Order: sequence, then C-alpha cells, then structure tokens
Amino acid sequence: MDPMMPPPVRRIAIDREPYVAPARPAGNGHAPAATAATALRTARPVAAQVRERMRIESVWLAYGENWVVRDVSLPVRQGEVLAMIGASGSGKTTLLRSLNRLTEITAGAARVGHITLDGNDIHELEVNELRRHVTMVFQQPNPFPMSIFDNVAYALAERPTRGGRRRRRSPEIERAVVDALQRAGLYGELAGDLERSALRLSGGQQQRLCIARALAADPQVLLLDEPCSALDPISTATIEELIVSLRDSVAIVIVTHNLQQAFRVADHVAFMHLGELVEYGTSEQIFDRPAMQRTRDYISGAFG
Amino acid sequence: MDRALTRRWATGKTDQRAERTLGALAVAVLVLIGAMLVTVVIKAWPSFSHNGLSWFGPGGDVDTQIRAMAESKALPGRSLYYFRAWPLIWGTLLTTVGAVLIALVVSMLAAIFLTEFAPPAIRRVLDPVIRLLAGVPSVIYGLIGILVLARYIDNHWISNARRASVNYVVQLNGNDVMTATLILTLMILPIMVAITASALASVPGAWREGSLALGVNRWRTIWRVSLRTARPAIVAATVLATARALGEAVMLAMVSGGRGFAPNLLDGVTALFEPVRPLAATILQNKEGLTIPVLAHTVYAIAAVLLVSAAMLSFAGWFAKQRFHRYGLRA
Amino acid sequence: MAATELAPAPPSGSVIARAPRERTGSWPLIDRIAYFLCWTVGIGLCLIALAIVLFMAVKGISYLRPSLLVNSPAPSVVQSQSGGFLDPIEGTLLVAAIGTVIAAPLGVAIAAWLAEYRRPSWLARAVESAIEVMAGAPSVVLALFGLLIFAQDFLGFLSQRAATGAVYGRSFFAAGAVMSILALPLIVSATREGFAQLPDRLREASYALGRTRATTIRRVLLPAIRPDIATGTALGMGRIVGDTAIITILLGAGLTMQPVGHTPVIGLLRGTGPTLTSYVYENSPAGEGLAPQKAYAAAFVLLLIVLALNAFVTWLTNGGARSEGGGLSRALRLIPFMPNLSR
Repeated sequence: MDPMMPPPVRRIAIDREPYVAPARPAGNGHAPAATAATALRTARPVAAQVRERMRIESVWLAYGENWVVRDVSLPVRQGEVLAMIGASGSGKTTLLRSLNRLTEITAGAARVGHITLDGNDIHELEVNELRRHVTMVFQQPNPFPMSIFDNVAYALAERPTRGGRRRRRSPEIERAVVDALQRAGLYGELAGDLERSALRLSGGQQQRLCIARALAADPQVLLLDEPCSALDPISTATIEELIVSLRDSVAIVIVTHNLQQAFRVADHVAFMHLGELVEYGTSEQIFDRPAMQRTRDYISGAFG
Repeated sequence: MDRALTRRWATGKTDQRAERTLGALAVAVLVLIGAMLVTVVIKAWPSFSHNGLSWFGPGGDVDTQIRAMAESKALPGRSLYYFRAWPLIWGTLLTTVGAVLIALVVSMLAAIFLTEFAPPAIRRVLDPVIRLLAGVPSVIYGLIGILVLARYIDNHWISNARRASVNYVVQLNGNDVMTATLILTLMILPIMVAITASALASVPGAWREGSLALGVNRWRTIWRVSLRTARPAIVAATVLATARALGEAVMLAMVSGGRGFAPNLLDGVTALFEPVRPLAATILQNKEGLTIPVLAHTVYAIAAVLLVSAAMLSFAGWFAKQRFHRYGLRA
Repeated sequence: MAATELAPAPPSGSVIARAPRERTGSWPLIDRIAYFLCWTVGIGLCLIALAIVLFMAVKGISYLRPSLLVNSPAPSVVQSQSGGFLDPIEGTLLVAAIGTVIAAPLGVAIAAWLAEYRRPSWLARAVESAIEVMAGAPSVVLALFGLLIFAQDFLGFLSQRAATGAVYGRSFFAAGAVMSILALPLIVSATREGFAQLPDRLREASYALGRTRATTIRRVLLPAIRPDIATGTALGMGRIVGDTAIITILLGAGLTMQPVGHTPVIGLLRGTGPTLTSYVYENSPAGEGLAPQKAYAAAFVLLLIVLALNAFVTWLTNGGARSEGGGLSRALRLIPFMPNLSR
C-alpha cells in the first residue's frame, strides 16, 4: 500500500431500521416546532398603528478602506419588528450599530448617506442624547457589576430633568425601574429583591435585565444584536415573546442569523448579503415568496 | 480535573519525602517571621511597660529624651525609659497620610488619562517611564529631594518673615514636611498609577460598550463603571503604597528635617515648612545607639509600632477586598 | 453561487464623514472639569517623569568618568582625589548575589509547595500570611531583626568579634541574608503566578504516565515556568539593589571594603563595605556630603542597573518565551523521555 494514498472510504452497512423517537402527545404543550411557530405568528394581533421612526437613506459604511455596507435604504417603524438577516460578514451588525452611532467608537469608521430619527439627522444630534432615544442590547448579556436596581437605574440618573438630575433613590426613579422590569417581564421573577448583584442572575434573566435597562430610558427605538444566540431555547422563547409584546411601544430592529427566529418574530425582514440590501419585504414575502434568487438560496440553506 | 484525585494518584515514597522537605522549608519561613514578630515585641516590651499608653502621647522633646537615653550608663533607671513618641507619630501621620491622599487622587486621574484619553504616542512613552520610576531606589529620590527640591523650597517658598515667626522654636531650612510629603508622593505614585491603569485596562469591553450604548458619556462611563470595577485594585494599590510610605526610612531621613519636632498646625501654612522625623527615619538615625539597652528597647518599640501598623494595613486591605466580592469584582 | 458585480464605491461627489471624536463641549460642566483635570494631571505627570529621568541622566553623565568605575574610594576632602566607586559597585553586586542565591531556591521551593501541595490547608494559609507580612514589613525593621540574629554568639563566624568578645553582627553575610527576606515575597508570588497559569492537562499528562508529583514539578512544571522564576528573581534583585536601610544598619557607612581575616572570599563576606546606595547616601548632604557630584554619578550607575533589570523583566514578560505554545509544548515533549522514577 502506498503510504501517501489516503485510506479507502468505507461504507458502514446498517441492517436495521433507523430509530425514530416517538411523537409526544400534544397535551404536553410541546407541539412540533413548525406549527408552534406559525401559531405564534398567527396568534399575534395586528399592530394598533405603525408609524415610521427612523429612515436609513442610501447609507454606505466603511471601516478603513473597506466598504462594509453598500447603499442600503430602509425604514424603521414603531409597531413592527424589523429583522435583518444574512450570512456572516453581510454588514447587518455594522448597519445596526450605525443606527445609534456606536460605529464611531472604532477609529477609521466612515459613512456616506443619511440616517434620520423622527425627521432629524442623527449626526446632528448630540451623540449621548441620540443613544438615549435609540438603545441597544448586545449579544452577550452584559449587566454591570452592580445591583439589579442600579443596573436598570443606570441611565436614568443621566437624564437631565427640569429640576436638575434626579437623585438616586427618588420615587420617580424607583417607579421607572419597576416599570422597566415589568415591561421586560422580569419583575415577577425577582421576588422584590432588587439589591442582589446582577451577576447572580441566570443568562436569560441577565439578558432580560439588559432589555429592561435599555427600556428604562424610554427609548423610541430598541436595537437588538443577536440577543438570544448565547441563551438556551426556553430563555430564547421568553425573550421572543417579550420582543413581540414590546413592538407597539418601541420600534424594534433585531439582527439575527437564526432564520427560524426571524420567522417567529419579525414583521418586516431585510436580507443583506456582502453589504448590500438584497431584498426587503414582509416576512410572508421573504419566507414564502422570495423574489430574488439569492434570497431563495439563503432561506433554503444553500449557503450561510 | 479533580484536584483531590490527582493528589491521591501521585503519591509515592519520593513524593512524601519531597512534600515533607518543601513543607519544612515553608514552615521554616513561617517560623522565621513568627520569631521576628515575637522578638521585636519582646525587645520592645520594656519601653512600653515603663511608659504605658502615654508612650504614644505628647510630652516633651523627643530628641532630648533620646539623648538622655544615649548618655545613660549600662544601668537603666526607671526614668530613663521616659519616652513620648507623639512628635514622631505626628510626623509620620502628616507625611504618610498626606502623600497617600495626594497620590490617590493624582494616580486615579493619571491612570484614567493613560488608559482613556491619552494619544497613543504619549501612552507608548509614559508606560515604560512609569515602570522605570516604580523601580527607582528610594535613595535617589532622597538625593533629588535634598539637592533640588529642598533647596528650591528653602530659597523660594520660605520667606524671612516666616523664618522669623518660628525662630524661637525651630530653624527652617528646606527639609520639612512639605518636601518630605512631596517626595514621598512622587515615590509612591508610579506603582499606584501602574496598578490602577492596568486594572482600568482590564475592565471588560462589553461593560464599556454597553454603557456608551445607553447614552452615558465617556467620562461618566469611566467613573461609574470602570473605576468601580477597578476598586479592588485601587484598594490594593493604596495599601501597598501606604505600607511603602510607612516603612520608608532613608529618603525621609534625608529630606524631612531630622528633628523630632511636631509641626503646630496653628502656625498655619508655616507648619508645612517645619521639620519632622517620621518613625522609620528615627530608627535609622539611632542605629549607632543600639548597644545601649535603654535606647535599644525604645528603638525596638518604634519598630514594633511600624510592624504592627504594616500588619494591620494588610489586614485592612484584605478585608476591603472581601467586600467587593459581593458584586462580582475580583482584583 | 455566482459572484455578482458589487458596486465598488459610493458615487463620486458624495460626502464621506469620518467618525468624529466625541466632542466634550456638550458634556455637563462637572464632566468637562474632570476631563480637563485628567489631561492636566496626565501631562503634568509626563513632564515630571521625563524631568526626573532627564535630570538624573544629565547630572550622571556629566559627572561620570570611566576612571570612577575602576578606582576605589579614597577618603579625601578634595573631590578629584577621592577616588571612584569600584568598591560600592562590588558591594552592590555582592549583596545582590548573596540575597538572590538564598532567596531564589527557597522562594521557588515555597511557591511549589504552596501551588502543588498545600497540605494541611491551614498551614498553607499561615505561610501565605507570613509571606504577606514579609512583603509589607519595613526594611528597617527587617534590618533590626537581622542585627539581633547575627549579633548572637554562635553566629560570630559570619562577621567579626570586637575586642570585648561581642559579636559585631555586621557583614555582607548578614546583609545578604536579610536582603533575601526582601526578595523572597517577589519570587514566591511570581513563581506562584507561573504555576497557576499552567493548565491542568500538563500535570494530568505527567501523572497519567506514572510520574510522581515531585518529578512532575521538577522535570515538567519548573522548566515550563522558567520565565516567571526569572521575572521574580529580577524583581527581587531590583528591590535588593535599591535598598539602603538594611545596608546602613547591617553594613555600616564605610567607603571601602574591609575584609575580616585573610581567607580570600570568606574574608570579604565576613567584612563590611559600601554599596552604591550607601555610597550615594554618604556623599549626599545627609551623610558626609563631601562629594555630591560623585553621588550623582553613583546614582546614575545605580539607575542603569535598575533599568537593565527592568528591561530584562519586560523582555521576559513580553517576549516569545512567555507564549503558551513555547513553554507548554516544550514541557509536553519532555514527559515521555524522563526516566521512570516512580516507586
């Protein structure tokens, strides 16, 4: 045998039927995934009203000499969830980060085009002011090393009010914190103990804490950068329900590489590839009747 | 891998011998330190027992008391143990606390500058320079103090009027509290800046980014997140610096004035220009007199005070760090 | 998937905006004050640090002559005849050598025990506290303690006896021994860091092949953490070289080496002499004060030694020897080739 040749391929013969796990009875509450997802989608009430919050107009983004986002135009509306899908490197995260000007903390970032919030160009606004209106939740939950209360109240003390900065334990702040925790669906689980260290919460709870923290400042737009990719399926489901429940009060943009999640959660979907916006439409359009061949290929898993 | 398992696996005759030898060495070191603590306290005891708690109090001129002890013969009388260390303690407090407070504020600001605001060129230059300064021997700081700073202060900041105002008590030259505190600050700054800066640099980027994304400006992000995360390290650095300042003998002997004088704060700003002699410097200046029993006991008493203070500092630092673990902050 | 034509760049004439630095003009006043303070302190520190370094360098170089490095000090009022500082340099090297030779093996042994054995655990904690006390103890106190020990009768052979029979207690032996207490905590902590950073799979691989823990430590772990041991030793040496209090108390204030007896090396070690630090102290206004220029020159040489040690440590901690690949793969490769020492 020539030692340089690879060993021959061996096919393993099976002489019995493949094993199939028995289907669980439906009364268990675990319906098969596909019908559960469509159930989630069809059970969702149509949004009360949809109004446009942000508009992305012909935006190009670059890091250094490399154009990462090319000529993208999208609307961001309150009352609906916009999902941005695409393979790695498609520029969707960069586009998301440009919505609250987080791209500026990297040196060498460049931009062409306009992004407006309620008609105002976000680059004319003061950057910290903008980030109080457009908040972000990251992929890895990143609660600060403080108590739960302090985490949620973190950005609140920064908001200038008519009477100067609010003091830490003022009733307004306490109310705002409880409010935000309730909106994030976390208040009930905490059993009233808000002084615990935030780092002791589970992963899913930490992520919901981060969402509560982002909501505490009462933003107009909530950006979510793959919020569930570090979480287990049950936490993921909880957060997806939360996202759907929030869409009436905040405009939501979620970046996800999980197509099923986009299917479950989104109203409008933008598919990006290599920096370009390939297709934008409602989720029925994108998932059931994609117009572009590349979209069809991505949805069917030909690449990713 | 389970440490207990590995422990049981890897024992054999040689291993037991090795473990016993190494353990014996470790115990030897423990015994050495214990012996040091015990001997110092034993040799210090006569001075404390003769003076009681007023050893720490004021009562006369320390230099006179020491001179009396030095001139005594071999037979110690009760009154020869008379010693009131307050001027020395006061001098130590003034210089050490002053230096640590100034260094704390300055090192925090400098570390923030180094990690957040400084242009990369300045950072590249300042980093090795600070590390070099942290290792500079204290006698060199003393040299700079006595030949440069003391002369400068003597010539420019101590006016003749000031000199005259305290002439009846003490002579003012450039060696005083101010010089000592300034040089001491300079000495402990590099190590504090280095430790604080490295702690700030290792704050997870996710926290920083998360704070910026919530609309909190850079300074507040640093103040509320980074500095808070670095608190254990800042505490550790402060304890380290205070221990160093407390034990600093040579440099302070060179610049602090060499007189066991307790600056009177009622003199106002002039008090800053009055000479002092901290505890450690006193030991150094009396090293020749150790053959005289009374003086030896007194010197060892001072050493015991220093040793106990250093031990208490370590404990305080450890205790402070425990409190930070509550919020998941590790040094 | 066919590669499609990508639009290469934005249309010409479009405005490219680069990311601006966050303008502090919009910050609240107190934040702006803090920002300004940070910059002031930072630049101030920069200037002071550079001033110190440049000042010492200029003064040192201007007063340093090569002849100073090779001549012994000679007491004289006239500057040009007071000799050089060969003896102090010898003294510094001698003390550093003795201190390191005692502290390094002891420190590595203790660190190995603390890292790998740690039984019983109360003893380990006690030893750790002792090392902490050592690290924080003022060097004057250590010097006093050393004097106490070395002035004992039975240690008279390590220094000299006065006419009355009392042991003098001051010698290079004594100073070196007490210096080792200074260096020990640094070596122990650096070596322990090294041990802690070695992954468990290294130890597991060795135990799985039947090696005892002692062999593992000696043949596998210690070679892998050589850079850490060297770092600790260099740091310890730096601390030894810079200390003056112990020298003043345990070696006196002489200007030249005074050996005791006529045995070549032992006599030197039993005697007293100067080091660079005590030489600087003596020549400054705090000591005899006769030759501040010599003090500057000697201080400069001292600084160079410290700088060299610092550079060595930097090279060790940043260089390739520190990378996980280097130390680990070397250690892993060594394991199968060791003789079978398990019994």
